[in-house]
Amino acid sequence: MSAAPMGVPAGPSTAGPIGEGVLPPFAPDLPYELHPAVEVRPEPFGALLYSFKTRRLSFLKHPDLVTVVRSLGDHPTASAACRAAGITDPARLTMFERALATLAATETIRERHS
Amino acid sequence: MTTAVLPLVEHFALGLDSPICLTWELTYACNLACAHCLSSSGRRDPRELSTAECKAVIDELERMQVFYVNIGGGEPTVRPDFWELVDYATAHKVGVKFSTNGIKINQEVAQRLAASDYVDVQISLDGATAEVNDYVRGVGSYATAIRAMENLAAAGMVGFKISVVCTRQNIDQLDAFKAIADRYSAQLRLTRLRPSGRGADVWDELHPTAEQQRELYNWLVRNGENVLTGDSFFHLAAYGEALPGLNLCGAGRVVCLIDPVGDVYACPFAIHETFLAGNVRSPGGFKTVWRESELFTELRKPQSGGACASCSAFDACRGGCMAAKFFTGLPLDGPDPECVKGYGEIALSKVTPGASPKPSEDHSRATQPRNGPVMLTLRTRPDRSCDENPLAGMAPVREPAGVGR
Repeated sequence: MSAAPMGVPAGPSTAGPIGEGVLPPFAPDLPYELHPAVEVRPEPFGALLYSFKTRRLSFLKHPDLVTVVRSLGDHPTASAACRAAGITDPARLTMFERALATLAATETIRERHS
Repeated sequence: MTTAVLPLVEHFALGLDSPICLTWELTYACNLACAHCLSSSGRRDPRELSTAECKAVIDELERMQVFYVNIGGGEPTVRPDFWELVDYATAHKVGVKFSTNGIKINQEVAQRLAASDYVDVQISLDGATAEVNDYVRGVGSYATAIRAMENLAAAGMVGFKISVVCTRQNIDQLDAFKAIADRYSAQLRLTRLRPSGRGADVWDELHPTAEQQRELYNWLVRNGENVLTGDSFFHLAAYGEALPGLNLCGAGRVVCLIDPVGDVYACPFAIHETFLAGNVRSPGGFKTVWRESELFTELRKPQSGGACASCSAFDACRGGCMAAKFFTGLPLDGPDPECVKGYGEIALSKVTPGASPKPSEDHSRATQPRNGPVMLTLRTRPDRSCDENPLAGMAPVREPAGVGR
């Protein structure tokens, strides 16, 4: 299976990240949320994401990852969101956390402070 | 997991329920008369969509969750309702990226643009010097573009795009383009010249040579992630390494064009009835055209490689650009005219001159505007630096573009 998001600068004319500052590293035991500038469009392969902040398109290549990303805000930690979506197998959990780390690095998701 | 996961590119080849993004040309009116204009723009068409009709299209794009539209023309900013439509789109969560020659980007407009996350600007520039740019875009167009960039940079608009159509005359300016982009904190976007619209008339003279294509490819591999390409150079992937981005023709699958009169074409470079899927004014609107039109359904079926299927590079280039083949008179299931393996040139040599299809719409002005391009006088580098033939570079005098059509 392939759960890794692709930060592909795809589609006719999309921007890469511009002026990216230094972001804190992803930590699975912290609370996260979808970045408010990001829109999610469900697709048969998972979902298409677009950030109005970075003007970057990305793809979530697995429906389970879409579930996790969309429910991050409802769980106390990122790991808890994964577990709630049925990602309990340790190897799979590692893959999902790696995928979330990429999403955090591209400002698709962000740490939640509230 | 036991379910087979299709590579993303295969999903795209089969089409999505909504386009990833689409090009929307708002008007055929333009203050310039670029020699290579892909949409043969110049005069406004009286049938162009009204403000209310444009807003209805935006409503539909919002419902379909189209994240953003690439607005172009013509020169879109000359439409009196242009800013109203931009505001309407962004208020409805449809981002706007518009292409302009810069004519309306004064200081005030630049400040407005810099303040919005939902609007992006793309300034067209086809030469890193006035000489090379104005040769195809017309006298004064370089100065207009530079003034617009200065205004955007001064307003603090970071990361706007400078969009360059790569030609024989500007391939040796790639580093200079990058320097201009860096100077204005902009991002460089390079795209492929297509023989579409008036581009068909000048393609022979403007399209990069085989050596230049290689030079361009090497440059793109070197500068990769920092330069946008609109994914338009996937035919160059046949050189070896795939370029960053989507190496796939998205026509009718993930992209399309809405033209000023509401006609929906498979891609911006294919304004011809062969690639016309429908009109947004018809019952069911854009959504029905996108999801149900015969043409798009056909494009989303698995494509045969035709004459290219046995080529070792087919998986990389997938036969290249449909529009480039069509308007040079080549069969759609054969090689791209700029096939890096050289098969395009062989195929082109068999095309009867003058037999290639003409665009269905032509809004060129009947007479050249005063600032129109005069493709007569550009001095380019010698053909080869070692070329000692006193006649090297001599070419028969050409008529100015747009005359004698």
